[in-house]
Amino acid sequence: MKRWKLFLPLAFFLTFCVLLYIGLFMEDKNELPSMLLDKPVPEFSLKKLQQPAETVTEEALKGRILLLNVWGSWCPACKVEHPYLMKLAREGINIVGVNYKDERQGALEWLDRLEDPYLFNIVDKDGRLGLDLGVYGAPETFLIDKHGVIRYKHIGILDDRVWKKDLKPLYDALQKELVQ
Amino acid sequence: MTLDFFFRRSSLLESVSVSMLMGLAVLLVSLSAHAGVIENYQFDSPRQQEQFFRLNEQLRCPQCQNQSIADSNAPVAQDLRRQVHRMIVEEKADDDTVIQFMLDRYGDFVLYKPRMDARTIMLWFGPLILLLLGIFILFRILKEHRPETEVEGLDEQNKAELDKILGGKDK
Repeated sequence: MKRWKLFLPLAFFLTFCVLLYIGLFMEDKNELPSMLLDKPVPEFSLKKLQQPAETVTEEALKGRILLLNVWGSWCPACKVEHPYLMKLAREGINIVGVNYKDERQGALEWLDRLEDPYLFNIVDKDGRLGLDLGVYGAPETFLIDKHGVIRYKHIGILDDRVWKKDLKPLYDALQKELVQ
Repeated sequence: MTLDFFFRRSSLLESVSVSMLMGLAVLLVSLSAHAGVIENYQFDSPRQQEQFFRLNEQLRCPQCQNQSIADSNAPVAQDLRRQVHRMIVEEKADDDTVIQFMLDRYGDFVLYKPRMDARTIMLWFGPLILLLLGIFILFRILKEHRPETEVEGLDEQNKAELDKILGGKDK
């Protein structure tokens, strides 16, 4: 038997180790890639939370760059996220809320008690818009461009780190496009 | 007396532990009954019902990653079950339509059984390739280590030497 053959098992083993190592870090187990990236916001026709007589559709999301924030008053993480949304809103960033599977009363109280960072809120009581958006929990935040196309999706709490690292660069780029 | 006391105490202990065990069993049974998904769905036909359960087993809950939507009580799993039901009963959708609907929203992640494509080809055929490779290597090794069946003949010189030692030709 030739000498190099002795090293074959070791080579296999090391290859296997490398593959496993890559596999371990290949997907972030907590974040599923959104299938809706670069696709338009799915069609919907739902009521507004604060103006229940008004119906909004996906058309209402066009014409400006905005964050679509999925939240619910039942969701503790949303409460953690809330002050940062307020900060962004004060900086002039458009945020539209999707009140996801929530009770109307609880949601209104929430906005009353805390502050309201949203331009308006879409009531998604049975979670159908959420389903079409591929939402599986709250909070989730989508970056929507002026054509109503989803450009980024963040799952979980939106904080300073996430904003600066992931969303702001895209947001600024879109803003630049808008100006030109 | 002491012995009797001991026995009584132990039987007391025993009955306490038995009743505790029974209590625990009752608790576990009721817990598992609560953990099961209790929902009421109406179907037009047993075939639809069968399709519903089959699809629920195939779809993975996006929230709780090691459960199918049939197993999970997470809100999103409830929504997905409702959606599957709606598609089956209202739209009379077939399996592929429902699965494609979920894929469009949640990606490959919702499938327990990965689809066959360029990225997953090694997943599907890797084990087979490794098995064949293993068998091949095994045979190679067996061949190399096979004992020589042919007894080596003695050459003329050896024979002469042997004869000399044995003191005469071996007949």
